[in-house]
Amino acid sequence: MNLIAKPSKENIRTYVPIGLSLVSLSILDVFANAFFNLNLMAFFPSQLNYFLPLILGFIGFYLIRIEFSGVRSLDILNKNINSNNFNALLTLFTIFIIIKSIPPMLDWFILEANFVGNSKDDCTGDGACWVFIKVWFNRFMYGLYPDAEQWRINTAFLILFVVVGVSFFVTEKLKKYFIFFLVFVFPFLGIKLISGGSFGLEYVESAAWGGLSLTFIISAFAILFCFPIGVILALGRRSSLPAIKYISIGFIELWRGVPLITVLFMSAVMFPMFLPDGTFIDKLIRVLIAITLFEAAYMAEVVRGGLQALPKGQYEAAKSLGMGYWRMNALIILPQALKLVIPGIANTLLALVKDTPLIFVVGLMELAGMIGLAKTNPKWLGMAMEGYVFAGLVFWVICYAMSRYSQNLEKKLSTER
Amino acid sequence: MMSKIIELKNVNKWFDKFQVLKDIDLEVAPQEKIVICGPSGSGKSTLIRCINRLEEHQEGNIIVDGTELSESTKNIEKIRAEVGMVFQQFNLFPHLSILDNCALAPIWVKKLPKKQAEEIAMNNLKRVQIDDQALKFPGQLSGGQQQRAAIARALCMEPKIMLFDEPTSALDPEMIKEVLDVMVDLAKGGMTMIVVTHEMGFAKEVADYMIFMDEGKIVERAKTKEFFENPKSERTKLFLSQIL
Repeated sequence: MNLIAKPSKENIRTYVPIGLSLVSLSILDVFANAFFNLNLMAFFPSQLNYFLPLILGFIGFYLIRIEFSGVRSLDILNKNINSNNFNALLTLFTIFIIIKSIPPMLDWFILEANFVGNSKDDCTGDGACWVFIKVWFNRFMYGLYPDAEQWRINTAFLILFVVVGVSFFVTEKLKKYFIFFLVFVFPFLGIKLISGGSFGLEYVESAAWGGLSLTFIISAFAILFCFPIGVILALGRRSSLPAIKYISIGFIELWRGVPLITVLFMSAVMFPMFLPDGTFIDKLIRVLIAITLFEAAYMAEVVRGGLQALPKGQYEAAKSLGMGYWRMNALIILPQALKLVIPGIANTLLALVKDTPLIFVVGLMELAGMIGLAKTNPKWLGMAMEGYVFAGLVFWVICYAMSRYSQNLEKKLSTER
Repeated sequence: MMSKIIELKNVNKWFDKFQVLKDIDLEVAPQEKIVICGPSGSGKSTLIRCINRLEEHQEGNIIVDGTELSESTKNIEKIRAEVGMVFQQFNLFPHLSILDNCALAPIWVKKLPKKQAEEIAMNNLKRVQIDDQALKFPGQLSGGQQQRAAIARALCMEPKIMLFDEPTSALDPEMIKEVLDVMVDLAKGGMTMIVVTHEMGFAKEVADYMIFMDEGKIVERAKTKEFFENPKSERTKLFLSQIL
C-alpha cells in the first residue's frame, strides 16, 4: 500500500534511494552495453530487456519527483530535467544517446585511428586516417605556393600576430598608430610580400595561392573593405537625397538578391569579357571585389537595423549642438548604432569566412578546396571524411574565436549600469 | 527700435494636411524670458523646434540673430550652435561620459582644443552642480541630474538663446525643483530663454512675457503679471483655472 503511494515528503526516505538506484542502474546498463558490449540484464526475455533501461529509469525518475522536498540538489534536479513524465523520458533518451555515441566517436577519432605513416597503406585501423592530413598538411596550409617561398607567408602572418599581440598592451595613444598600420599599411605590405615581384622576391601568381592562408587573406581583405562600404550604404539608404537613397537601395537589393556562387562565377568568367582588350585584373582581386560587395550589402542592412533602433532624440540633440551630417554620424550615431549591432556584424563576418570555400567555382583553392582536391588524388581516394572533419574543425576554431571576440567587445563597450 | 534676436512673421506649418502652426507672429528681444504654455497638441513644442530648424516651416519668415531660416540656409549649423536646446527626454549621448557629452560639441563644432573644451565643460557642470558626476555615464545618473547635465551640455556652446522643451515633464516631482533652480539661476544671469513648460510657479518667477497657445495659434501674449491676474481670452481663463 505504502509503495504505490504518491512520492511525497513523508516517504522521501524510502523513495529517493530506490528511485536513484533505479536511475543509476538503467544508466549503468546502457553504459556497460556501449563501452564493454556487456548485457547486464540478459537474463530477462529479449523484448523486455531491450526496453528495460528505459522502464527502470522512468520509474526511478517518477519516484524521485518530490515537490518541495527540502533537499536543494534534488529540487534543482527535478526542476531542470524531471519536471514531468515527458521531460523524464526526454532526459533518459538524451543521456542514452550521449552514452551510446561516445564509444564509436572515440574509436573513429582516436582509438582505432592511424597517426603514423606516410601513405594510405599505413592506415590499417577502422578509424580515421589522420596520416592523410599529416601528409597533405603543407598543401592545406599553403595551397600550391612553392615550398621554398613559404617563409614569406609565414613572415606576413607572424608580423600580423606580433603587431596585434603587442597592440593589446600599448597605451591608448600608441594604439592609434598600431590600428593605422594594421588597416592601411599592413594589408598591402603583406600582399606585396606574398605575391612578390619586387625587392628581389620571386613573383608567385595568385593562382598558386591556396589553403588556409588563402582563407585568411580573402577573409581579412573582405572584412576590411566590406565594413566601411556597408556603413556608407546603410547611411545612403537613409539619406534624404533621393539619388543617393535609391542608388543605395538598388545596390543593396541587387547584391542581396543574387547567390554568391553566381556573383563569383560572373566575376571570374563574364567580367573579363566586358573589359577593353589588353586590360587585365587578377582573378583573385576580381573575386575579392565580388565577395566584398556581396557582403557589404548584407552589412549595410545590419547597420541600418542599428541606425533605426536609435531614438530620434539622439539625432536632434546632435543637430541642436550644431553638428553637421558627418560629425553627427561619426561622433554620435554610428558609435551607438554599431555597438547595438555587434552580434549582427559578427554574424555577417562569420558567414563571410564560411563562404570563402565557394571560390572553388573559379578555380581558387582555399582550405576546403585543397581538401576537395586532395581527396580526389588516386593515391588517397576515400579520405573525404577525414578531410572535411578537419576542415570543419579548423573553421569552427576560427569562427568560435571571432564569436568570443565579438562578445568581449560587446561587454567592453557596454556603458549601461 | 529695440533689436530683436528672434523674429517670427506669419509662420505656418503643416504635418501633411494637418496645420500645426497658424499665422504665428513672435518677437523676442535679447535677454527676454518667454514662457509658452497651452494644452498638449497646441503646437508649442513645434514652435520652438522651428526656431532651431529641427522642424521646417512652410510659410512665413523666421529670423534668428539676423539670419533667416530657409531651405537654402547654408549655415544652419552655425545658427544651431548659437541656440541651445534642452529636451524633455534629456537626449544625453549614452555612449559618452558626462564630461565628454559636454566637451564634444566645443571640440568638434567650435574647434576648441580638448583641454580648453574640458575646462568649459567642468565650469558648466559646476554651474549646474554635478561636477562630481563628470566621469560617470548618463545611465548612472538620476533623471534630475541627467537634465542638469543636458543643460550644461547646451551651455558649453555658449549660446545666445536657450530653448527648453518641457524640461521637467519627464521627471519625478522630487527632481523638478533641482532643474528649475538651475533654470532660474540661468535666467538671472541674463540668458535669452524660451521655455515650454507647465510649471506656473517658475513662469511667475522668471518670465517677462507669457504666451498661451491653442490649436496652433497664439491665443494670448501678455506680461506675466497681467497674464495671471487678468487674462483676456476665455480660453486662457479656462486653461489657467484647470492648471493653477
